[in-house]
Amino acid sequence: MAGQITDEIIEYVGILAKLELSEEEKEQAKQDMEKMLDYIGQLNTLDTEGVEPMSHVFPIQNVFREDIVTNPDGSEEILSNAPAKKDRSFMVPKTVE
Amino acid sequence: MELMGLTAVELGKKIQAGEVKVKEALDAAYKQIEKVEGTIHSFVTIEKEEAYQCANKVQQLIDTKKLTSILSGVPVAIKDNMCTKGLRTTCSSKILENFVPSYTAEAVKNLEKAGAIIIGKTNMDEFAMGSTTETSFYGITKNPWNTAHVPGGSSGGSCTAVAAEECSFALGSDTGGSIRQPSSFCGVTGIKPTYGTISRYGLIAYGSSLDQIGPIAKDVTDCAVILETISSYDPKDSTSIKRESYHFTSALKDSVKGMRIGIPRDYFTDGLEEEVKESILQVADILKEKGAIVEEFDLSLVEYAIPAYYIIASAEASSNLARFDGVKYGYRTKEYEGLHNMYKKTRSEGFGAEVKRRIMLGSFVLSSGYYDAYYLKALRTKALIKQAFDKAFQSFDVILAPASPTTAPLIGESLNDPIKMYLGDIYTVAVNLAGLPGITVPCGLDKKGLPIGVQFLGDCFMEEKIIRAAYTFEQTKKYIRCPICEKGGNQHE
Repeated sequence: MAGQITDEIIEYVGILAKLELSEEEKEQAKQDMEKMLDYIGQLNTLDTEGVEPMSHVFPIQNVFREDIVTNPDGSEEILSNAPAKKDRSFMVPKTVE
Repeated sequence: MELMGLTAVELGKKIQAGEVKVKEALDAAYKQIEKVEGTIHSFVTIEKEEAYQCANKVQQLIDTKKLTSILSGVPVAIKDNMCTKGLRTTCSSKILENFVPSYTAEAVKNLEKAGAIIIGKTNMDEFAMGSTTETSFYGITKNPWNTAHVPGGSSGGSCTAVAAEECSFALGSDTGGSIRQPSSFCGVTGIKPTYGTISRYGLIAYGSSLDQIGPIAKDVTDCAVILETISSYDPKDSTSIKRESYHFTSALKDSVKGMRIGIPRDYFTDGLEEEVKESILQVADILKEKGAIVEEFDLSLVEYAIPAYYIIASAEASSNLARFDGVKYGYRTKEYEGLHNMYKKTRSEGFGAEVKRRIMLGSFVLSSGYYDAYYLKALRTKALIKQAFDKAFQSFDVILAPASPTTAPLIGESLNDPIKMYLGDIYTVAVNLAGLPGITVPCGLDKKGLPIGVQFLGDCFMEEKIIRAAYTFEQTKKYIRCPICEKGGNQHE
């Protein structure tokens, strides 16, 4: 399956993954992903016709509870980890022109 | 008296009996850390001040009989992907270099309630992605049996800290073998319980449907006691399971009479080192002599577990690691133009190569056009692997397997060929896909003097069977201390 990963795919995956890769890294990523896809492609030799995809081993259900606050206000502590903050909020670069 | 040579339970008993003070146990741990840490580097962060304060409180509670847990006052090391309130938690990544959690992981909280004393956070592969503890931003961890070799991973630091007697026991996490494989490489015992047994609340997620926390210690008794302490139903983890019984220590019985033990023929093929193979088959012979019924069988689908695992784990990782964007916590790039550029530069500078590789792969297999061919295909494969185990457990109580095809590789040997490194996970990843419990116990040394580990796998919720089999085997051999402890740790490279 060599050549399956084009420059466009690497570019697109970079956007999805929110990663900025240098030209060198892109070339490396291309090679790595080609190799990996060649390897994981062996799943195609397994017949899974009619098998339901299993995301969890046990039946998982949403856990609901009443919307009552049970934890104390930890906003100070949480904000103390922020790279930038202002007026008890996280500060980010301007998003709307 | 060599306090750090004791098991957690032995030390805990002495503390309860008043023969050893909690402070003395801590002194012993830090003394050993001072001796060996420069050589093996088990820890990302060592916590002293808080630990001694905690020791004072715990000692008082023990003296007034308010704390009676066998783990009260026992020094523990925590893998650095579990949140600890007020104590830096990095996941061995640059992107979390300054992250100080505002809450504590549920499993760690359960240990604190029992009075165990946290002495530090252990090194790991960045975000638990790796099998060697070489991908940490904070430097590699070395195998205390031979410092030219890796300790395994990703819970490498937790396993070396136990083997080198820097702590009495440790917590690790296991997504594809990250407790069982390094335990095997370091000659210690580790359990990955049935998925959902231990709360994942506060465990920084890698592959959420596969991640489980578990104990790492010197023997099976310790592991059973620790497992009993940290397991709990937790509504804060939506995958937490309310189990009928948490009495894992009741399985500590020296008997396998009539136990049906299966050996998967397809695990004992070309890739398996001869010395490892012989050692594992010896375990089978010993258990046979002790009354177990040992038979070979074909598990099937063995070659499909690793590809399915890497698709699922990478897909979940790409989603889980989206939260690291330089806004709420952790590293933020210095110069940027606008929000998206800030995200991209932060993540590109903050993550290491292996993490980026898996995020890229995960984003790809989840992208439209490839989702069915890769991600759904992997989930269907997972269903078939689960069926294969279900079938096996109709005939057997326990499956006996190697923990890894080899003993610990040399440092630097694995990273230049990722697929080769991934293949080393062949005996561990299927267990995570199927949600099963597994335990690794040391079973011998190879010619190079490196430890070999044997795995016992059980059906879901059947921890008691694997604990009993492992305990019974353990009674036939003596725990071997790693050379660094025998020599006192002044080993030069």
